[in-house]
Amino acid sequence: MTTHGARWSPVLVALSLLVLCVFGIALGSAVGSTGFESWLAAMHDDIAWQIVWDIRLPRSVGACAAGALLGLAGALAQGLFRNPLADPYLLGSASGASLGVAVALALFGGNPFATEFLVRLGLTGAAFVGAVLAVMLTLMLARGVQHTLRLLLAGVIVGVVLGALASLITLLRPDVLQGMQGFLLGSTSFIGWNACVLMLGVLLVCVVLAFALSRVLDALSLGESTALSLGLPLAPVRVALVCVLALATGTAVAQTGLVAFVGLAAPHLVRSLVKTQHNWIVLLSTLMGGALLLSADLLARMLLSPQEMPVGVLTAVLGGGYLLWLMYRSQTTRATQ
Amino acid sequence: MLKRILALAALFIMTSTAHAVVLRDDRQIEVTIAKPLQRIVSLLPSLTETVCALGQCEKLVGVDRYSNWPESIAKLPRMGGGIDPNIESVVAAKPDLVLMATSARGAERFTSLGLTVLALEPRSHADVQRVMRIVAQALDVPVVESDRVWRHIDAAVNAAAQSIPAQAKGQRVYFEVSRAPYGASESSFIGETLQRLGVRNILPASLGPFPKINPELVVRAQPDLIMVGDSNFADMTTRPGWQNMRAMRTQRVCHFKPEESDVLVRAGPRMAEAARLMAKCLTEKGKP
Repeated sequence: MTTHGARWSPVLVALSLLVLCVFGIALGSAVGSTGFESWLAAMHDDIAWQIVWDIRLPRSVGACAAGALLGLAGALAQGLFRNPLADPYLLGSASGASLGVAVALALFGGNPFATEFLVRLGLTGAAFVGAVLAVMLTLMLARGVQHTLRLLLAGVIVGVVLGALASLITLLRPDVLQGMQGFLLGSTSFIGWNACVLMLGVLLVCVVLAFALSRVLDALSLGESTALSLGLPLAPVRVALVCVLALATGTAVAQTGLVAFVGLAAPHLVRSLVKTQHNWIVLLSTLMGGALLLSADLLARMLLSPQEMPVGVLTAVLGGGYLLWLMYRSQTTRATQ
Repeated sequence: MLKRILALAALFIMTSTAHAVVLRDDRQIEVTIAKPLQRIVSLLPSLTETVCALGQCEKLVGVDRYSNWPESIAKLPRMGGGIDPNIESVVAAKPDLVLMATSARGAERFTSLGLTVLALEPRSHADVQRVMRIVAQALDVPVVESDRVWRHIDAAVNAAAQSIPAQAKGQRVYFEVSRAPYGASESSFIGETLQRLGVRNILPASLGPFPKINPELVVRAQPDLIMVGDSNFADMTTRPGWQNMRAMRTQRVCHFKPEESDVLVRAGPRMAEAARLMAKCLTEKGKP
């Protein structure tokens, strides 16, 4: 064991995270508004069975998938911007999505024509459209993806401006306030099977692409000029990675709202466990994000049942608590040497 | 002559002290109202409605942007909302009294600017009566009068309860306040009205007035009837597992228009109208 904590084999970490996810999903289908309840008991009761199959299972799988998307996006963002503070919401997708949701909520129940259109699009659709438009706006302001600093700044500006617009709508229509708050704190309550399939599909595409392009992230970690001198096709790969980042974030945000901290914490947790190249970091962050959001969701359901905690609060407590402990531990081990 | 002067003086003292009322508001602060009020600003819709129910509507010189009843206040200047009152326009209106919620911001600022603030937060049926009494005292309306208004409201709630056919009583109702989802439990203002209408609530009082619930709780409880605002109803069927719920399948769902939702959620003098709206829903969509 070295001072930088135990370094585990990536395969071992991946396997244990997978086991954790599967176990969490199994547990998640047995935990709900009535506390713990086994499936065997539910088999004989139609309503209980429907609750397990139509509500708890997709919700658990969905929480895992959304967390995985955020973890993946976080690893990509930190690699692309070579900044340990980068998180998936960096390109303005978070505030774009909240603006989309605020507009949709404000229009709901007003004009019947608008309502019918919105029901078809859904809140998730509105959030996704908002997130994508915000990222496009950021890219336009930054005039492409080649200047990291300009991209970062444009993302911050778009985030602040769109966030302000969303707040303005909430102020004018106070009845959307609680709905907005639910979105801002993140919620996994309304994930159904369709959402699960969608997220898993997007996740598959994003993981494959990110894994294939991760060599550029390794090269980038040596500095921009070194990466260029290695003869890598930096420009097109960067565009592709930003697109993957935006797609993964947008999909997750649309289904679960702004879940805090998963995207930031997952890559850090992975790096504290293994020291490896970006292809493994991307994969492991994906799994780590899934495990993190899933366990937060389980706790959110259990702690106050039948009431619920906002899941974003728990991800922050869980991920943040663990990171703090890691920092504290590495400091004390260094001090005792 | 001297007698007359003395009598006049006595009368003068009596009338001037008659207006000096000391009231304890919901911040537990003693508020002294020294002179008859002529100009009032209200920064909470239910307080605006209370002032008007006491027949003092013409004394309002400004309201918050969410106050929308009665129609006669439509022309009044809007002075921000509970969380963002427009301090400047309130002060510029030179009110003798500012009525606002205890949860609202700006009370200290108003006081330090020399305004009299009465902070009240009606949350239950009993609160509606209590707040109405306090406002009546502040506005120099006889307590007898405010009690008469209250009895009228109370009787109308009872009448609404009696209008519901016997077979529609005892239903189990889920009232959704907003889409997080927050429900209204037995201990909320809405829950109290439901109770008086003789129906049961699927959310017990132990959860607190407006709990954020796990949506599967509703599927598990299988309410006979669902009450919800238009804006939340719009995509209710797309929630996982909800379209198979008995109440959804048999369309025992009442969705209220935004202006009706305002009536339902405000703990104020329109609670009888709220009871009537719910009674209508229970009668129309209730058990056959």
